[in-house]
Amino acid sequence: MKTYLAQRLVQMFFILLGVLTLTFLLSRVLPGSPVEMMLGHRPSVEQIEAARAELGLDKPVAVQFLVYLRDLAQGDLGTSLRTGQPVTSDLFNRFGATFELTTLALTIVIVVGIPLGVLSAVRQNTWPDHVVRTTSIAGMALPVFLIAMLMQMVFYGRLGWFPLQGRIDAEIALDFPFAQRTGFYLVDSLLAGQWEAFKSAALHLVLPVVTLAMASMAVVTRITRNTMVEVLQQDHIRTLRAYGVGSRKVYYKYALKATLIPLLTVIGLAYGYMLGGSVVVEFIFDWPGMGGYAVGGITRNDFPAVMGATLLLAVIYLSLNLVIDLLYHLVDPRLELK
Amino acid sequence: MTLSKTSASETMPVGRTNTRGAECHEGPFEPGRAALMGDFVGRNKLFVLGLGLFLIILLTALFAPWLAPYDPNNIDFSVKLEGPSWAHWMGTDDLGRDILSRVMFGARTSLIIGINVIAVAMAIGIPIGLVSGYFGGRLDSILMRLTDVFLAFPPLLLPIAITAALGPSLINAMIALAISWFPWYARIMRGAVMSIRSNLYVSAARTMSISHLKILVRHILPNAWTPALVQASMDFGYTILAAASLSFIGIGAKPPAIEWGLMVSLSRSKFLDYWWTAAFPGLAIFVTVLAVNLIGDGLRDILDPKSRGQQ
Repeated sequence: MKTYLAQRLVQMFFILLGVLTLTFLLSRVLPGSPVEMMLGHRPSVEQIEAARAELGLDKPVAVQFLVYLRDLAQGDLGTSLRTGQPVTSDLFNRFGATFELTTLALTIVIVVGIPLGVLSAVRQNTWPDHVVRTTSIAGMALPVFLIAMLMQMVFYGRLGWFPLQGRIDAEIALDFPFAQRTGFYLVDSLLAGQWEAFKSAALHLVLPVVTLAMASMAVVTRITRNTMVEVLQQDHIRTLRAYGVGSRKVYYKYALKATLIPLLTVIGLAYGYMLGGSVVVEFIFDWPGMGGYAVGGITRNDFPAVMGATLLLAVIYLSLNLVIDLLYHLVDPRLELK
Repeated sequence: MTLSKTSASETMPVGRTNTRGAECHEGPFEPGRAALMGDFVGRNKLFVLGLGLFLIILLTALFAPWLAPYDPNNIDFSVKLEGPSWAHWMGTDDLGRDILSRVMFGARTSLIIGINVIAVAMAIGIPIGLVSGYFGGRLDSILMRLTDVFLAFPPLLLPIAITAALGPSLINAMIALAISWFPWYARIMRGAVMSIRSNLYVSAARTMSISHLKILVRHILPNAWTPALVQASMDFGYTILAAASLSFIGIGAKPPAIEWGLMVSLSRSKFLDYWWTAAFPGLAIFVTVLAVNLIGDGLRDILDPKSRGQQ
């Protein structure tokens, strides 16, 4: 375990270095972009020179990269051109919003998507299976933004059950203020005992969470089904059946255990999808998270914001994969031997 | 391995069990071509459905200028934001342009995006995978760690960052998507090459002192490209989806380009009152991606019988 952990950490370090190099290349070395974005149309030669010097672009690339790494090590991602704040603090403020959104969506996916996949596998080629399979094939072809707009059209436009966008009603947030402790509005408003604020936050959460969950549900259900089908075809399951072990026990005690590792993979994958999907979902629902911050940065030429958000999301994704890898080893000791 | 019900039919003699009347062949072991076709269709209903849908979309894209009832760019304020009618089957947008005609022309954009992105991704990924799998060793580790870097980003995020760096445009969005997608081809190709590089014909070629390049191109590539092809057919739909998403958030296609994601995006300010401005281009994306996914699924079943009945 220890050697494995060490190996994995070394590997992750190099991937991280690669990711940093890539974001560095994208943000500094590519022609034009940052300077042009800072100065707008038709800057004079002196202005360009001054801007290049200010950004450190007149130095050799290797030096620039080291400076970039040094700044990162100090938690400095640059200053957002849009908000005028350090990107790090901007991201810190928005982290809770994204995390609340993705955590709730992931919960829905695990609670609904995985059982649906198991059901589909256990009832292979009967009508529940066909329904689940058809919906998940169809679901994979639906763009996230279309799901989101459909939600808005039905539940805001027609029924008026939920708000169109945002994270909380501005007036309610003013009338019933609460301290930001966890970054989760649901938790923070409850801790402060602000029932109205809690209600508003919960209502605002429903549509984006459901959209995000639906977007990755199809993939999760599909993979769960396929792994479960594979497991159910294995010899040890057939042997159990031959011994007369009841179906329920076969499915829940033995088969599900064998699918734990693939399920962990699926959950990791789903979370990745969500981090990607959150970019679009936050954009549509005007959700004040990191994804929306990145998109807003692109359209308003706020380059440090885009790269900062990208980097942070990639690091979260990488760490998550590492955690899942370690969980594999906890779940399946056989992997030690390899 | 137990047989699932879908694959059970494959074990039955085709001629005898055929219930398709006139097409039925007398000889039990020599089914006619029509019967074989019929059996293929019966076993791969979804594949055939996908193929049919895709053909319609392809033909629409090819013949859009002749099929479209209106000029897709013709602005006519006298009919702006009209609902679906006989004159405008999918209604009109805020500039009075015919949405059906725009959806038809949009098929061109989406198919071109899909083909270009996959082609470029394969052009980068396949050589990397070939070299990596064939030579192995340190070169392999370096190349694979390199591709890992590109896979370390959550989906859609890397294309967004690259497009942002290159400057928002449709071409740059396509480049960004190709760069984000190539690692998959490198990995798949590498796996396929590794499984055949120790085959006898490869060592035979080596002993005949045929150059590595020639072995790779003439002997290994033709035997290792199937998984990449299946992957390409699956990815085609996702690239169309991803490109539409990029256009939607405003960093892909720009007006006057006619692109479905862009059409949905432009309808955002008014879709709550005029649903058709978003619904039909959205539906077009959905149907296209669905068709391609069904084809991809079917192709994998046909080319890789091991997975049959599981999907």
